[in-house]
Amino acid sequence: MRITVDRDRCIGSGQCVMTAPGVFTQDDDALVALVPGHEDAAADPRVRDVPMACPVQAIAIHED
Amino acid sequence: MTESEMRLTGSQTPSFPQDRTCPYQPPKAYAEWRGESPLTQVTLFDGRPAWLITGHAEGRALLVDPRLSSDWGHPAFPVVVRRTEGRGGLAFPLIGVDDPLHARQRRMLIPSFGVKRMNAIRPRLQSLVDRLLDDMLAEGPVVDLVSAFALPVPSMAICELLGVPYGDHDFFEECSRDFVGAATSAEADAAFGELYTYLHGLVGKKQAEPEDGLLDELIARQLEEGELDHDEVVMIALVLLVAGHETTVNAIALGALTLIQHPEQTDVLLRDPGALPGVVEELLRFTSVSDYLVRMAKEDIDVGGETVRAGDAVLVSITLMNRDAKAYENPDVFHARRTARHHVGFGHGIHQCLGQNLARAELEIALGALFARIPGLRLAVPLDEVPIKAGHDAQGPIELPVTW
Repeated sequence: MRITVDRDRCIGSGQCVMTAPGVFTQDDDALVALVPGHEDAAADPRVRDVPMACPVQAIAIHED
Repeated sequence: MTESEMRLTGSQTPSFPQDRTCPYQPPKAYAEWRGESPLTQVTLFDGRPAWLITGHAEGRALLVDPRLSSDWGHPAFPVVVRRTEGRGGLAFPLIGVDDPLHARQRRMLIPSFGVKRMNAIRPRLQSLVDRLLDDMLAEGPVVDLVSAFALPVPSMAICELLGVPYGDHDFFEECSRDFVGAATSAEADAAFGELYTYLHGLVGKKQAEPEDGLLDELIARQLEEGELDHDEVVMIALVLLVAGHETTVNAIALGALTLIQHPEQTDVLLRDPGALPGVVEELLRFTSVSDYLVRMAKEDIDVGGETVRAGDAVLVSITLMNRDAKAYENPDVFHARRTARHHVGFGHGIHQCLGQNLARAELEIALGALFARIPGLRLAVPLDEVPIKAGHDAQGPIELPVTW
């Protein structure tokens, strides 16, 4: 399972950070970023909820 | 009903919006719109027909759909409140513009509302709330919870964040109240003018003598580098100041009232402070302070078997989406332990509330401290005597007399 983020779409709502704080963070511009080493979504089950929580569909999970 | 019969006719459909009777329940007339169909037809005050989206899934899909516009400057953009009549052309930054302009404005502001910044603000919010509660306990009972607590918390917080002197709060709170509460567009224009003049002066003063605050950062980074002009900075300040005043105050007051009316749920909060974030999410779902969002279709869009045509007015019902039985079990029950995921209390899509994480911090700290300090908090008047705002405004009590 792989996470992809589309930073061009991101509006900095922080819903990803709120839902799975160990996996997602915000950079200095408050745009979505992955915590290094967490590109694989399998580590945290809450990640599955993030695409629905994101208000602009900037985050997708790919089943490999 | 066939599509041709459902086409917007403007005849004999119910008026929208309507006033609530219970402060935290949908208006009674909305009950018949909560059936199988995710949309219904309503009529606005000026006789214009509109689609009202009531389904949770459909509303969320529409709010991310770029075929819906938020461009208040469009001459055919729907007018829901009489005070905004004749405002065509005045597209407020952030809330009244579409991408790419919206994205450009929002990106300048999101660092100031990011998760890290909002978490860093919490200790200051806590001391502010503690001080207000000290004053309230010394003064009462009976106390008006709106003026003594629910208003000063977001007012002080947004002033500090923006770098607006809180000492002027009586002035701009009144302007803000007059602006959103105006009966006519002339009254709204007058209040807008006062607020604009005040902020125009403040931005000029800050250019000469920079301080700490979001406005000062905008001036230093964007205005001085030519990314924004003076008028844009003033308009952004105006939108953030008014939005900071007219939303969280209602959420705190309506949240407190809902908890007072559901003492068994308040016990959950008192026994387990860890439940607080979940309780706040459920309050945001249950109370739906921003009752509806206004959009206009730019192209034809199929919704729930109907076709919304280009140019149609589209109202998205936050209240009914948050009470959709397809999304929430027993949606009319306030349940502190419910995981109210995916509520649309802050909207959805590119316009989702910029200040939502500030609002969450304010709500958690204010409501947590209020009931911890005054566990016996109760209404000083019967529920049906609590004066509440009109259906077209942000929902909430005008005054909330409490005792303990």
